[in-house]
Amino acid sequence: GLTFPLVPPAGESFNLSLYSNDLVILWKNYWIRGVLSLAMISGFFLIIYMGPVALILVVMTVQIKCFQEIITIGYRVYHSYELPWFRTLSWYFLICVNYFFYGETVADYFGALVQREEPLQFLARYHRFISFALYLAGFCMFVLSLVKKHYRLQFYMFAWTHVTLLIVVTQSHLVIQNLFEGMIWFIVPISIVICNDIMAYLFGFFFGRTPLIKLSPKKTWEGFIGGFFATVVFGFILAYLLSQFQYFVCPVGVNSETNGFTVECEPSDIFVMHEYTLPAVVQNTLRWKTVNLYPFQIHSIFLSSFGSLIGPFGGFFASGFKRAFKIKDFANTIPGHGGIMDRFDCQYLMATFTHVYIGSFIRGPNPSKVLQQLLMLRPEQQLSIFHTLHSQLRERGMLPQAAAQAE
Amino acid sequence: MLYSWKYTHGARQRVICLYSILHRWKNYWIRGVLSLAMISGFFLIIYMGPVALILVMTVQIKCFQEIITIGYRVYHSYELPWFRTLSWYFLICVNYFFYGETVADYFGALVQREEPLQFLARYHRFISFALYLAGFCMFVLSLVKKHYRLQFYMFAWTHVTLLIVVTQSHLVIQNLFEGMIWFIVPISIVICNDIMAYLFGFFFGRTPLIKLSPKKTWEGFIGGFFATVVFGFILAYLLSQFQYFVCPVGVNSETNGFTVECEPSDIFVMHEYTLPAVVQNTLRWKTVNLYPFQIHSIFLSSFGSLIGPFGGFFASGFKRAFKIKDFANTIPGHGGIMDRFDCQYLMATFTHVYIGSFIRGPNPSKVLQQLLMLRPEQQLSIFHTLHSQLRERGMLPQAAAQAE
Repeated sequence: GLTFPLVPPAGESFNLSLYSNDLVILWKNYWIRGVLSLAMISGFFLIIYMGPVALILVVMTVQIKCFQEIITIGYRVYHSYELPWFRTLSWYFLICVNYFFYGETVADYFGALVQREEPLQFLARYHRFISFALYLAGFCMFVLSLVKKHYRLQFYMFAWTHVTLLIVVTQSHLVIQNLFEGMIWFIVPISIVICNDIMAYLFGFFFGRTPLIKLSPKKTWEGFIGGFFATVVFGFILAYLLSQFQYFVCPVGVNSETNGFTVECEPSDIFVMHEYTLPAVVQNTLRWKTVNLYPFQIHSIFLSSFGSLIGPFGGFFASGFKRAFKIKDFANTIPGHGGIMDRFDCQYLMATFTHVYIGSFIRGPNPSKVLQQLLMLRPEQQLSIFHTLHSQLRERGMLPQAAAQAE
Repeated sequence: MLYSWKYTHGARQRVICLYSILHRWKNYWIRGVLSLAMISGFFLIIYMGPVALILVMTVQIKCFQEIITIGYRVYHSYELPWFRTLSWYFLICVNYFFYGETVADYFGALVQREEPLQFLARYHRFISFALYLAGFCMFVLSLVKKHYRLQFYMFAWTHVTLLIVVTQSHLVIQNLFEGMIWFIVPISIVICNDIMAYLFGFFFGRTPLIKLSPKKTWEGFIGGFFATVVFGFILAYLLSQFQYFVCPVGVNSETNGFTVECEPSDIFVMHEYTLPAVVQNTLRWKTVNLYPFQIHSIFLSSFGSLIGPFGGFFASGFKRAFKIKDFANTIPGHGGIMDRFDCQYLMATFTHVYIGSFIRGPNPSKVLQQLLMLRPEQQLSIFHTLHSQLRERGMLPQAAAQAE
C-alpha cells in the first residue's frame, strides 16, 4: 500500500519535489491498475467469444494457478522446502480430485463417445472406485512418507493441501457445471462480482466515509451500499441483453458426430419474455400496467444481491487469511493486483451460490442420466415405474393413438 | 509400559516384581474386560435393530468433541468463546445436510404428507447451504485482531474434522440402510483384525512393521490378514441366511417404524461354483456351495487387513505430531472413542464405495421422483425407450396392451 500524508506536517518546509514524486508513483499505480483491469475485462470478452472450450481451459488454468499460489504460501509459512515428497503428493492429490470431477461431468456429457470405446466404458462404470483407489494410494504414500522430526509439519501441509483442494478445485468444477448449464450462468455471476468490485471501489472513492469492517480498512459502508444498488441495476440490464441470444442461454451440448460443443436449443421458459402485472402501488406511481421481462432478470436480482451483500465475505475471509499469515498478496502475478487468487477470492463463493441456486430453483434432472439409471434397475422395478409413467402421460394426453395400436 | 528392573536386594526386588506383574496384569485385565464389554454392547445394539443409528450418532458426536478439544489444547484457544459455538453450529449444519439427503429418500411417504416437511425437502440443499453460509459469515465477523492465525487454524481444524468424522459416519449409516450385514461385517472385520494382529504379534512378533507404531510387527500384520479373511468368510456365511441382516432397511409407512423384510438379493442366495481344476485335484471336490457375498467378504477383509491399518498409522502419526498419548480417556485402558474408531472410518468409506460400484443399483423411488420432474416431452421419449426394452424382455402382459 502506498501512504502519503495529504497534509504536510506542521513546521516542515513544503517540499514540492517530494510530493510530485509520490504523486507520480500514486498515479502510476492507478494507471497500472486501470490498464490491467481493462486488459482482464477485454480478455474475458475475448474468451467468451471463443466459446465453451476456451472457457473450460481458462477455468482449469486459473484453478491450477490458485492451487499453486496457496500451496507455495503454505511452504513459505512452514519452511517445508526440505520435504520433497510433499510437493509431489500435493500435485498428485490435485490430479486425483480433478480426475474424479472430470469423470463425473464428462461421463454425463460425452455419454455417446464413452459408449463406443471399450476402455472408456470400463473407466466410466467403475469411475468412483478408481478415483477412490487413486486417492487411497496418495493417502498411503503420505503415511509412509512421515518422517520422525517433521510429523507436525507434514500433518499441517496435508491439511493445508486438502482445504485448498476443497476450496479451489471443487468450486472450479462448480463453475464448469454452471457453464454447461448455459454460458449465461457463467458470464452473469462473474460480471456481477467484477461490477460489484469496481462499483464499491468507485462509490467508496467518491463518497466513502464510514469504515465497514476492521479486516479491510479501505472498505466503507457507502461503497458497500452504493455498490449493491449499482450491481443490481447492472445485473438486471446484462440479463436482459444476454437472454436474447441462444449462444448464451442454451445448455452446452456435445455434438456426437463432430465431437465438438454445440449451443443450440429451444430456450427454456426463463429466457422467454413474459408479461408481468405490476402491483397496484407501482401502477399508480409509474402509470404502467404491465411490464415485459425475462424471468431470468428476476433471478439476476437475487444473484446480484448475493454477490453484493454476502459475496464480499469471501473477500474478507481472504483478507483475514492474508493478515493471519502476514502476506500482502497471494502472489505477484498481476502487477498492481497481486496474484490470481486475489482476483478470484469473491468469485468462488459466488460460483458455489450460483450452483446451489441452479440446482434448487432452475434445473430439473438430466434426462439421459435418468434413463441410464432406469435401465440399470431390475425388470420388476422398471415395470412398476413404467405403469406409473404410463398413467401420468395418459392423464396429460401425451400418448398418441399410434402407441396404443403398436402393441 | 517401561519397567525398570532395579536390581536391589532381595525382598524389595521381589515386591517390585510382584507390583509390576500385578500392574501389568491389571492393565491387561481392564483391557480384556472392556473389549468384551464393547463387543457385547455391539451385539446388543445389533439385536435392537436399526436403532444402531443412534449409536453411530453418539460415536460421531463424541469423536468430534474429542478432536476439537485436542485442537483447543494445542492452540490454547479457550479465550475464544465464539469458536466453540461455531464448531458445534457447523456440526449441526453438516448433520442436517446429510440427514436431509438420506431421510428424504427413505421417509418419502411421510415427507409427502406434511406441508412444512415438503418445503424443507424440496429446497433442502439451498437451506443447508444458507445455514452453512450463516456460520461462515459469523466466523468472518468473529475475527479478532490478535488471534487471526489461531482462528484460521481452528476453522481449518473444524472443517477437516467434519470431513473425516461426520461425512464418514453418514457413509456408515448409508451402508446400514443397504442392509445390516453391510454394517456388521465391516466393523467386525476391523475388530477381528485388531485382535488377531495383536495376538499374532504377542505370540510370534519379531520384525517391526513401521516406525510410527513400534508395537506392530510383520508377523502380526500377515497373521492378522489370514485370520481375518477366514473369519470374514465364516461370518458372511452365518449372516447371509437371515433376512434380518440381509434386507435393506425400509420404512413402514403405516407404523412409521423400520422394517427388514424383502426378497433377498442375488448375492445372498446360495450358488454352486465349479472349482478350478487345480483345487479339484487337491481337495477332490468338484463344486462348492457359496453365497456370492462370501466372495465379496474376502475383498472387504483384504482391504480391512492390508489398507485399513493405514488409518491407524495416520492416527498414530497424528498423536505423535501433536504429542498426545490418546485422543481422550473415555475408555480405561483403551483411550478415547476415536482411538477405537480410527481404522473403522477408512473401512466404512471403502465399503460405501464398494457397494456403490459393485453392488447397488440406483434407488427406484429416487429414479421415479426424478422422472416425474422432467418435462413431458422428455418423459415421453424415455417412455418409448422403456416400452421397447420391456417388450423385448417379454415383461409386458397382454392386459396392459388391452387397457389402452
